[in-house]
Amino acid sequence: MVAVTDEKQPYLASFDRLERQRPRPSWIDPIRRSAIERFDELGFPTTRQEEWRRTSLAALTRIPFEPPDAGRGAPDAAPLPLGAVLDGADPGSRLVFINGRLARQLSSVRGLPAGAWLGSLAEAAEEHRGLVEPHLARHAPAAPFVALNTAFLDEGAFLFLPKDTILAEPVHLVFFSVSGARPTVTHPRTLVVAEAASQARIVETYAGDGVYFTNAVTEIVLGENAVLDHHKLQDENRSAFHIATVQARVERSGSFSSHSMSIGGALVRNDLNAVLEAEGADCSLDGLFLAGSGQHVDNHTAIDHVRPHGTSRELYKGILGAGGRGVFDGKIVVRKDAQKTDAMQVNRNLLLSDDALIDTKPQLEIYNNDVKCKHAATIGRLDDSSVFYLRSRGIDEKAARLLLLRAFASEVIGRVKLDRMRSRLEGAVTALLSEAERVGRAS
Amino acid sequence: MLEIRNLHAKVGGKEILRGIDLTINRGEVHAIMGPNGSGKSTLAHVLAGRETFEVTEGEVIYEGKSLLEMPPEQRAREGLFLAFQYPVEIPGVSNMYLLKAGLNAIRKHQGLEELDAVEFLALVKERMKLVDMDQSLMSRSVNEGFSGGEKKRNEILQMAVLDPKLAILDETDSGLDIDALRIVANGINTLRHPERAIMLVTHYQRILDYVVPDRVHVLHNGRIVRSGGKELAVELEAKGYGWLEGEANRAQPAVS
Ligand SMILES: Nc1ncnc2c1ncn2[C@@H]1O[C@H](COP(=O)(O)OP(=O)(O)OP(=O)(O)O)[C@@H](O)[C@H]1O
Ligand SMILES: [Mg+2]
Repeated sequence: MVAVTDEKQPYLASFDRLERQRPRPSWIDPIRRSAIERFDELGFPTTRQEEWRRTSLAALTRIPFEPPDAGRGAPDAAPLPLGAVLDGADPGSRLVFINGRLARQLSSVRGLPAGAWLGSLAEAAEEHRGLVEPHLARHAPAAPFVALNTAFLDEGAFLFLPKDTILAEPVHLVFFSVSGARPTVTHPRTLVVAEAASQARIVETYAGDGVYFTNAVTEIVLGENAVLDHHKLQDENRSAFHIATVQARVERSGSFSSHSMSIGGALVRNDLNAVLEAEGADCSLDGLFLAGSGQHVDNHTAIDHVRPHGTSRELYKGILGAGGRGVFDGKIVVRKDAQKTDAMQVNRNLLLSDDALIDTKPQLEIYNNDVKCKHAATIGRLDDSSVFYLRSRGIDEKAARLLLLRAFASEVIGRVKLDRMRSRLEGAVTALLSEAERVGRAS
Repeated sequence: MLEIRNLHAKVGGKEILRGIDLTINRGEVHAIMGPNGSGKSTLAHVLAGRETFEVTEGEVIYEGKSLLEMPPEQRAREGLFLAFQYPVEIPGVSNMYLLKAGLNAIRKHQGLEELDAVEFLALVKERMKLVDMDQSLMSRSVNEGFSGGEKKRNEILQMAVLDPKLAILDETDSGLDIDALRIVANGINTLRHPERAIMLVTHYQRILDYVVPDRVHVLHNGRIVRSGGKELAVELEAKGYGWLEGEANRAQPAVS
């Protein structure tokens, strides 16, 4: 049990140090404090816990991550690899965070309708407390990593859309980490409050350089009839750790769609929870996850149908290359009052190598008889007879395999309405196949 | 054009082709008939290069080259085409894409200019008339959700676009109503050409009323047990395949 204390210790110590350094008190302080207590109480999850059975955190807890040097602030110029990330971004407003700090020179906000707000969460907390306080840290579950994120809540991103506001262009939130001499941990925090009948598209991108740990939390609150299209591109460095929770709460007739694209990282855990809080709420969750050599990607999703006439559509596709490990765990809860729920969950996985592994697990908890609820999970390989069919038409084997792989991914990638993100994803799929074939030939 | 000598092939340890000899000259249409499970599709797939089947003996000379040494795509690029008995559905890959990629790979191999999108579209439109196919099918995924007849017509369309020297049609006539059969037969006849050879695998004599073969071969138990002119097909239609048992035994008295 001594080991457990040790694992938490660096985080508890950093917390104390940051507490002492805070320039002035804030209404958020008690929230941070109770969060660190919560984290201290829970500790890091272990594989003995059902929700973490397939994902060991041993590699993460072994490394003494430290918060980025507080005095250093955000660099003015873009670190080199960030240039590629920004160049590859689709047009729209953009907030760029480097090691958790908003890099204002790299950020630009344009075309915001009156009353809408986009910027630093820390700033909004002080200047628009009335908008932030009712939601901050009130939606995401009190789980260890969420608590840890809240405890270290720093700058963060905040988007507020008043009633009937429609954002024409997407909002990009770019979180970039650069490790210095020591491995860095950041806790990106995003809060989106979309009031009734508002509409927006948000793109979160995670990337970085070196060995670092990103522990992200996004809370999204959708009012009546609001429509939010949420994209997440997890494109972290191949030696990075990425643990994140996206929590969406959808009110009456609201519509939440999510595109969770996971192509980077060494150890990745994505939790996505959608709570369909009121009648006729709707969500659609798309996911694509790629894992090659040395990568472990775990996707946990939970859809909670609380009230009647909710609809959920979920499609997650996994592609596992040589040495890649994947987990999909999709829970759908239909509460007693949620009659006429219509839920469908599909998880399809493709293994490119004998040395690839996927665990897939649907969990349905249905407390109402008057519902339509379907789920399917498949694990397969590229189909030999399809490869042969293509080859018999003159297409060489490698191209045939790539064509089939891209076709597999295209169902999910095709619904991403951002051109550059789509081509980034296609490139990642192509690279994974090349890697699998290189490794396959070598062995 | 094609010379098959003593071809043996097996799958999962089971010998399916047990010594096939067959020569097809350019300009000829050969019908291969035979009961279920006699090895017709196996022969077609072995010629097209399907790796599931292991060739254990024999050789195949195609245009003076050893066919069995080529990977499937090279066979296609050298002008061999197989119309599948059961065309494969490939969600996410459009018919148009498949055909264009295939055609340009073949043209490149043959030292021809690749076609650009406009030229390709014009070619496809022209060839589609041949099979009376709705153009909307072209933008759909390969064979996905196609009816049986649409799949067969799609195979003929692919053949018409890829312009092979040797076309192997595996039961392209099966499961078609008479109108579709006429369309498919008409498509085949239009492609009949002194420079092209066709191997027509079929169960039924009916298509041979429309596509009159030069030779008919009867495959049974992995061997060609009889060959003849088109009248052989009529005889088979009348007598069925039952009499083949005796024929097969007579053909191989040495093996017991
Ligand atoms: N992949 C395979 N694995 C095992 N056996 C196979 C395989 N493919 C074919 N066979 C067997 O080989 C034999 C010949 O099959 P083939 O498909 O060549 O016959 P066919 O003459 O085309 O029959 P049909 O008229 O039904 O199309 C059959 O007994 C079949 O079960
Ligand atoms: Mg057959």
